[in-house]
Amino acid sequence: MKGSALFLDRAGHPSPPWLEKLWIVLVFALLALLCSFTLGGSAVFTAGGWESVWKFREVFWKGWVLTIVISTLSLVLSVLIGSLAALLRRSPVLPLRSASVLYVELIRGTPLLTQILFLYYAVAASVGLQYRLVAGVLILSLFSGAYLSEMIRAGIEGVPAAQWESARAIGLTPWQCYRFVILPQALRQILPPLAGQFASLIKDSSLLSIIGIGEFTLAAQQVNSATYRTLESYLPLALGYLALTLPVSILAKALERRLRHEA
Amino acid sequence: MKLELRSVSKSFFSGGRPQKALMDVSFDTDFPHVLALIGPSGGGKSTLLRILAGLTSPDSGEVMIDGAFLPKAERELRAYRSRLGVVFQAYNLFPHMTALANVMLPLVQVHGIPEAEARGRALQIMERLGLADHADKHPLQLSGGQSQRVAIARALAPKPELLLFDEPTSALDPEMTAEVLKLIAELKESHTPMILVTHEIGFARKIADRIAFLAEGRVLEEGVAAEFFADPRSEEARRFLAKVLAY
Repeated sequence: MKGSALFLDRAGHPSPPWLEKLWIVLVFALLALLCSFTLGGSAVFTAGGWESVWKFREVFWKGWVLTIVISTLSLVLSVLIGSLAALLRRSPVLPLRSASVLYVELIRGTPLLTQILFLYYAVAASVGLQYRLVAGVLILSLFSGAYLSEMIRAGIEGVPAAQWESARAIGLTPWQCYRFVILPQALRQILPPLAGQFASLIKDSSLLSIIGIGEFTLAAQQVNSATYRTLESYLPLALGYLALTLPVSILAKALERRLRHEA
Repeated sequence: MKLELRSVSKSFFSGGRPQKALMDVSFDTDFPHVLALIGPSGGGKSTLLRILAGLTSPDSGEVMIDGAFLPKAERELRAYRSRLGVVFQAYNLFPHMTALANVMLPLVQVHGIPEAEARGRALQIMERLGLADHADKHPLQLSGGQSQRVAIARALAPKPELLLFDEPTSALDPEMTAEVLKLIAELKESHTPMILVTHEIGFARKIADRIAFLAEGRVLEEGVAAEFFADPRSEEARRFLAKVLAY
């Protein structure tokens, strides 16, 4: 084996899969080393920092759990909203179809932060919705539902027309066609991107800190303002998100692989 | 079985332009067992079969089967479809279900037969069609011939009043074609009337009681199979037969 085989993956000379994983660990270690040198010497990384932040572990823990709760609730709700929007988009009734198009385009055309500010301070306030958490989950679900509806629509449209034809030919009602023939097949297409969307939701929920929802990011900000330990407050924050998103994205990849093999 | 068509027309939009698939088709036929629709590709055979299957409605005209008008409203059309069995060129099995579940689905969901009874009936039919060993397989694990036999079992299970075949062997290799044609020939003995769109002219000649010859959206000829093949009346049919029977 030539020395170059340790860090090159070329057509004709493929590297073993474990080597790529090893390099991910090596590059990460290098990065960590670099960080500890640059930050270690500076004032942000001083003795006793970790002890003062450790006292607030309860705050971190509660924020982290709330982030999981918010993301999970939003995922469930956005699947419902997304399915509804996808079905309306396929409806023969034009006003319903237009409503769905408008919803998707408005949501996808504006930043999430803008939606949170607008929907919370302008809309939720005027309809008398006082519970931040409820408003937060609703806003996040609306946001994610727009993206999901496009995934669901693609999944449904990915089922060949011949499947509709034979489902109708045996006498199934339109609802039965969806229930027994179309959706089970569409779901297999949708599952991998749905897992990816869950990872996005976990990350996007951090923006809810702006309206004072005590999720993970706000918790870290509170610890920071109580201790003045920046790195010790925000490093656990980043790691806490990674601990959630990495398993989810590994799951998404595994689902995608399984789907490819079955197809 | 009596079939009457009165001025049936049907157009499609393809590439934004309407294409006439059937043009003012009128004919009567009365066949004891098997009617074969034959003719060149694009002549309207499959469109006519889809209309008879209740999967699409003509733009204008009337269809009568045994003296009853083919319904136009979707709800009645659905009830009508549940009394038929349709077999497609590409089998159109549901890939996420086992072969057995494919056969059971219409029994349980459309005909309201209890699960256990439906299972028994489905297995019985699958056994008859030589599919006993394949009941728990998924469509991807089946050969083309096996898939088409499962599709035929699915169509047969609800005891249909009429069986429709849309080019059932066009996607199969010669050996599997023979296997499926043999099965269809056997089904003739079960006395369920069949309408068959096929490119297998030799087979149509052997099995059909009557032939309808379609070309360019029209039924140019309808008659007793033996007479049609011995002495086709229309110039188009003569040319078509000369071409397909040349080799």
